[in-house]
Amino acid sequence: MSAHVDSHIEAGHDAEHAHSDKRYWGIALVLALFTAAEVILTYLHIGKLFIPVLLILMVIKFLTVVFEFMHLRLDNKVFKYLFYSGLCLAVAVYVAALSTFKFFVH
Amino acid sequence: MADIAVPATAPMIAATDSHGHDAHVDQGDHGAHATSTGLTNNKLAMWLFLGSECLLFGGLISTYMLYRGRVGNGPRPEQVYSIPFTSVSSFVLLMSSLTMVLAVSAAKRKDDNAIRLWLTTTAMLGATFVGGQVFEFTAFYRKGLGFTTSLFGSSFYTLTGFHGVHVSVGIVMLMSVMAMTLRGRIPGDKAEVIELVGLYWHFVDIVWIVIFTLVYLIPA
Amino acid sequence: MAIIEQPSRPLELAPAGGVTPAASYGVLRRPVSTTGWRNWVFTVDHKKLGIMYGGTAMFFFVVGGVEALLIRLQLAQPNGTVLSAALYNQMFTMHATTMIFLFVMPMAAAFANYFVPLQIGARDVAFPRMNAFGYWTFLFGGLLLNSSWFLGGGADCGWFCYSPNSGVPFSPSHGVDFWVFSLQITGIASLTGSLNLIVTILNMRAPGMKFFKMPIFTWMALVVQFLLVFAVPVITVALFLLGFERTFGARFFDVSAGADPILWQHLFWIFGHPEVYILILPSFGIVSEVLPVFSGKPLFGYKAVAFSGAAIGFLGWGVWAHHMFVSGLGPVSVAVFSLTTMLIAIPTGVKIINWVGTMWGGRLKFTTAMLFAMGLVVEFTIGGLSGVTHAVSPSDTQQTDTYYIVAHFHYVLFGGAIFGIFSGLYYWWPKIFGRMLSERLGKWQFWLMVVGMNLTFGPMHIVGLQGQPRRMYTYQDGYGLATWNLIETIGSLILAVGILLFLINAVRTNGLFGQKQRTAPLDPWDARSLEWMTASPPKEHNFDQIPVVSTLDEFFYRKYAEDHETGEIRAVSSAEDLLAEQERNADKHIHMPSPSYWPIVAAFGLPMIALGVIFKTIPVCVIGAAIVILGIYGWVLEPSVADDSDYDPPTPAGTSKELTPVG
Repeated sequence: MSAHVDSHIEAGHDAEHAHSDKRYWGIALVLALFTAAEVILTYLHIGKLFIPVLLILMVIKFLTVVFEFMHLRLDNKVFKYLFYSGLCLAVAVYVAALSTFKFFVH
Repeated sequence: MADIAVPATAPMIAATDSHGHDAHVDQGDHGAHATSTGLTNNKLAMWLFLGSECLLFGGLISTYMLYRGRVGNGPRPEQVYSIPFTSVSSFVLLMSSLTMVLAVSAAKRKDDNAIRLWLTTTAMLGATFVGGQVFEFTAFYRKGLGFTTSLFGSSFYTLTGFHGVHVSVGIVMLMSVMAMTLRGRIPGDKAEVIELVGLYWHFVDIVWIVIFTLVYLIPA
Repeated sequence: MAIIEQPSRPLELAPAGGVTPAASYGVLRRPVSTTGWRNWVFTVDHKKLGIMYGGTAMFFFVVGGVEALLIRLQLAQPNGTVLSAALYNQMFTMHATTMIFLFVMPMAAAFANYFVPLQIGARDVAFPRMNAFGYWTFLFGGLLLNSSWFLGGGADCGWFCYSPNSGVPFSPSHGVDFWVFSLQITGIASLTGSLNLIVTILNMRAPGMKFFKMPIFTWMALVVQFLLVFAVPVITVALFLLGFERTFGARFFDVSAGADPILWQHLFWIFGHPEVYILILPSFGIVSEVLPVFSGKPLFGYKAVAFSGAAIGFLGWGVWAHHMFVSGLGPVSVAVFSLTTMLIAIPTGVKIINWVGTMWGGRLKFTTAMLFAMGLVVEFTIGGLSGVTHAVSPSDTQQTDTYYIVAHFHYVLFGGAIFGIFSGLYYWWPKIFGRMLSERLGKWQFWLMVVGMNLTFGPMHIVGLQGQPRRMYTYQDGYGLATWNLIETIGSLILAVGILLFLINAVRTNGLFGQKQRTAPLDPWDARSLEWMTASPPKEHNFDQIPVVSTLDEFFYRKYAEDHETGEIRAVSSAEDLLAEQERNADKHIHMPSPSYWPIVAAFGLPMIALGVIFKTIPVCVIGAAIVILGIYGWVLEPSVADDSDYDPPTPAGTSKELTPVG
């Protein structure tokens, strides 16, 4: 048991160093590029694909900040449960409410 | 002399929990060893709070999405939005998230100078963002979009206004933490306090990621 | 800050990990007295706060009850003249708002604050000052709401305050503004309270107390706090939208601007439906504690009761539009919500079965607490059955906005939530106050309330289906409503007598009329859970020695052991023995969080902001905001445990009036 814990701590050490500042700069660059992509997309005219692609980019950026900058990917799963329950509940409930307004129907 | 030396026993006690990795991430976090989950009360509370904020912003966003096309006699979204301008302020806020996580990282390393540098930079980037919002709102107002002009106007200003207030509160927290580190009077564990402020700040950023796409980029 | 036992080290290495400043940061010395009003006003002790929540809630119960009696007096006869139409609207709005937000919710908070830490073997909650802040915020919010009576009239829009009726054109007085602000303020109290209790339950359980060894009341409290944490922000949004519309002329519900007033209904009921589970689950928890004790058996299907509570909490998010069946949602939405509403009857039914199963074959002791618990099972079932009829949307179309609905929710709220509350009061009173409530008075109260309740709300099923609408200040003669309405009013007066008996009981028991009071035994009911393994009332630090938990109903299994040969259950220990053992093995260093000024200071600024906005006096607003900010900064900068320099030196007589660290 303790051997497992020790190696787990070692892995933690490595993960910590891997999550050095360099990684954060890299992620920030990726986020900036994604933002640029989003903006450029608004000037191109790709028709029906536009909204889905934009939403996908939005979700990727959202999750990247949550996983990497907020450390949720590596942190204790209790935090994940707490945050995701709020997030999923919000999405479900508000999408349902908007549906009753026929918001998603053309 | 501000900082207390970490008692040698604390990480070891935490390490014997099943969450060995957390012990490392939470190193220097003395409250953790006394709790049933091995996690600190403050961090649990912050994540819970952020979960509840999803419901708050979800409601405001839904209201906006419902009302964005209802412009009455006032201007329409595409008549007032300036995507280039808002893209720049979005970029600024995004970069503030970077500087925030660098501050948190510096706090874990106990690098006081880096902490001050990155906290200040984050606050300044945040202030730039808020300044941009104020500028933007003024421009919209001049184009005829007031708070009471139309459903679009009311829901737009409410949503972005709430977000702006959240950013401003974040800036106040950043500056307060700065002042406290300068005086050496942080209540509790300094790294944890900065981490908690960081969590709040990142949340405010991800809300903007959603707002930027749904409000500005997706046409009504 | 978390409560952590301080190991035997010099203060400089305080494991809180923070700085103990050489000089107090603030100008003011911390409050440290242990007696007098200061002891209560600046306390952060969860038990005192629990008592304060309970006492304040009882006060508002009486206020809401008077409002109800006025309604009933008005409706006792056709063409009643007790209340004008305008006043009637205010009365039913304020009655409901008071009962829900200022009585049932705070009473549940009282029980949760008092007993959750005790039940999980903790010494306090995770954030004691935030706990105090929550109480004061609630009190000030409640006072603000009721001040509207004297400042232009109460809110008159109904407790659900539908738009566009809630807008300035139709509700020009400040009543709705007071309502909006008061609910925001009490919402802050609920939100901070819920964060506190969730972290407490997750993080501060005694060693060995895994989730399925937690007492069932704590389980229900946990579900309720999660409901609060996610539901309160939704009504916060709704209230901000309404507030902005009324105060600044923003457009959200203005039909002429193209608004959908239904938006309000969605936002309100997305909060509102989880809210009703917030109202009932604590009482379900109480009853789940009381029935086993007075049946002499463990709770039947503990895990099922816990899971079904969680299921109710979860499913409760998917049913809100059943309050909107006739609002024009359209057949698809109505069908979906009708189905989800039917689903939610299932976990509720599971609970009823488990409660009956608990009593089945048990040696029942019909104490007042038990009577109220059994009363809940019966009355709530009746209310639940009418609820099932509402779930069927075609029949709801007939029932909605009639007294049939009023009957339903009063059976579940009065017969459910309130009966549960009284059960808890009679059950836990000896632990809280060290005295027993009179069983004789209690039984009179119970039967008066049963008779009164059924006389008041039973006929409402009938008159509702016959067509008596809700929220109508009077009715004409000749519709067959007069007799039943008179009976309902008589019933409400009987209820009032019952409640009066309780107040007399409470006041007499605690010796306010000079009676010599018998102190209660430590464990008068032969109970099962950890909160009974303490003094009555418990010591400030709750447990001399934090217990190590090995089973559900830990206290019970320390008192009784099974004889290996005969299988008989024998008593091996009494509560007194266990307490003495704790004292012998008391922890050496117990550090409790110190009282503080900042929670009440910060809370005080909130109603000031409200009044400043309502009456458009900016300076009041600014001062209120400044007080809140000052309070928060003071709080953040103050360590959770007072500096030793804040204490007076001990008096020569040896008994200091100031707090001293134990051990």
